[in-house]
Amino acid sequence: MDELIASVVRGLGIGSTYALLGVGFVIIYRATKVINFAQPALMILGGYFTSLFATRAGLPFPVAVVAAMVAVAAIGALCERVALRPMVGEPPFAAAMVTVGVFIVLLIVAFRLIGTQVLTVGDPWGLSRTSVLGVSVAQVDIAKIVISLVAIGVIGVFLARSRLGLAMRATALDQEVALAQGVDVGRIFGLSWAIAGALAALAGMLIGTASGGIEATTALVALKALPVIILGGLDSIKGSVYAGLLIGVAESLTRTYQPEHAPFLGANFDVVVPYVIMMAVLMVRPYGLFGTPEVQRV
Amino acid sequence: MSVTTEGARRRGAGRGRPLLYTSYAADQAIWNTPAKRVWTLALLVAVLALPFYLDRDLTSLLTTVFVYAIGGIGLNLVTGYAGQVSLGHAFFLGLGAYTAAVFGGEATDDVVGLGLDMAIWLPLAGLVPALVGFAVAPLAARVRGLYLAILTLGLVFIGLHIFNEADSITGGAGVGRAPAEPVLFGVDLTTRFELFGTRVNRDMVYYILCLVVLVVLAVAARNLTRSKWGRAFAAVRDRDVAAEVMGVSLLRTKTLAFTISSFYAGIAGALLSVVVGRISPNTWDLFLSIDFLAVVLIGGVATITGSIMGAAFVVLLPRLVDELSAYLPFISGHTGEGFLSVFQLQTMIFGALIVLFLVLEPRGLYGLWVRVRNYWKAWPFSY
Repeated sequence: MDELIASVVRGLGIGSTYALLGVGFVIIYRATKVINFAQPALMILGGYFTSLFATRAGLPFPVAVVAAMVAVAAIGALCERVALRPMVGEPPFAAAMVTVGVFIVLLIVAFRLIGTQVLTVGDPWGLSRTSVLGVSVAQVDIAKIVISLVAIGVIGVFLARSRLGLAMRATALDQEVALAQGVDVGRIFGLSWAIAGALAALAGMLIGTASGGIEATTALVALKALPVIILGGLDSIKGSVYAGLLIGVAESLTRTYQPEHAPFLGANFDVVVPYVIMMAVLMVRPYGLFGTPEVQRV
Repeated sequence: MSVTTEGARRRGAGRGRPLLYTSYAADQAIWNTPAKRVWTLALLVAVLALPFYLDRDLTSLLTTVFVYAIGGIGLNLVTGYAGQVSLGHAFFLGLGAYTAAVFGGEATDDVVGLGLDMAIWLPLAGLVPALVGFAVAPLAARVRGLYLAILTLGLVFIGLHIFNEADSITGGAGVGRAPAEPVLFGVDLTTRFELFGTRVNRDMVYYILCLVVLVVLAVAARNLTRSKWGRAFAAVRDRDVAAEVMGVSLLRTKTLAFTISSFYAGIAGALLSVVVGRISPNTWDLFLSIDFLAVVLIGGVATITGSIMGAAFVVLLPRLVDELSAYLPFISGHTGEGFLSVFQLQTMIFGALIVLFLVLEPRGLYGLWVRVRNYWKAWPFSY
């Protein structure tokens, strides 16, 4: 039983970072109808900047995290302005391919900055454990869950309550009408990328905590957020939270139990579990769990 | 119409009006102008003669171009013509490579192999992925757009897992296995032999072989796109609801597109494994899929010629950067320290070019070519 609970908590921890990344994807998708394949690169840069500010520049950890989020938000907004703005009005797939190009360029930048070293982000949790309801769990997992859910909650409140959030929702609904109502749609695009960049930086920090550390190849972990957003529905923030947690837990449970109970599936089967779940769900619900079915006008 | 189309065309051409078409078939012909016919033939002859003048490594590089072109045409059929974005192309390439290896490779203690002739394993390397594509297609036909892109991305990851785990077929992670033996009709293609008094080495044989396969498959693809099915592809791409209303079955069209595309991918994968040599299962990853998408996008969406241009571009670009890097001071060579390594620069230029082409010339290299052609066609007038 302890093993099960520990596994579920670990899954929720990693799942909440997936959710964080997923929300970044969803915010960009809602504003611009583009899947941002550059998100993994933004995430790795976030981890790098956190490490830079916290361990080398010696800033206090929370300050370093916020500074990294601001830095990556700026990079995200810059990418949008340079590469994505000219693609407005082009088919979504072409724009998505542009983000693949941006991903490749940013990834090389990250490789160049990080090199072969393994960076620590200087987090205060380390490997220490705490007892919750009599079960020993890693503090890092608790931190991941709390920080992610708080960050997503803040984004949710921002979208629901603030004027700018209203403008973002209006843009998501209909760009031209939003423009006619005086919303600066271009700025909303930039803002969406900035928010997604900040969330990615936060996720990068969380993934680099504790035993893991950040390597240049850690970027590929963020690709797990793709099945998450498809599972949850491309345009649903709620969906990406649920799907992120679901996939995180499924992955963690597979890692715990599959080698023992289903060894024929091979080593590291947990890596493909998100994709298997995604395919199974798409069979039943082609627009994910919470996605809006596309209505076509004839 | 009872007029024989060929005759009608010829009369128009005979009077010095090569662009006068008197039938739909003549207008839709692959080589619909005399210039195209002459230049295609000239190009083919030049390409055939090329390996006799080139270094072995360049010959082998051009062979890779042909293989990428085959895979690129396959992806263009499903993504460019039928409009179904697939990130799963690498999976089908891998499937083709391992089908070939199982049927054509030699059995060792670790891996299975039947050691059959190339005349058997090459078609099988296309047919097995085609079957898998056929099985996956109904699944893919349910979802659209970016959902489909991610779904097919899942194929790559699941495929990588299977390839890494199926030790007896693929040799396992990090180890890999030898590819199929290129023995065609009992003749071992790896041995040197004399032809018309010239030494023909292995690279040249592969070159000719891949070129022949490419020409056959390219013409077949071009013919497919001119057929009823090709028009169905375009209809599904442009407006799927309208296509369905007009009686084009979405499921059947998409299934056909995926099946044929997988066939091409399988052939390309099998040839790639033979040309490259020993293959590790991790070759067939997301980045290979992105390479092929780049072939389609840089070459030109929904053109066969463009796919070949795109393949040449994507394969030759790293080599070109490699050659040029000697003259750039901030690039570290294979030994020294510099701002960027050659590989990093290659990858970066590759990414930047995808962005630039999509932003500046969405029709790709083929679009550039059409502009140049139209300029000179009307010269000295501007239109």
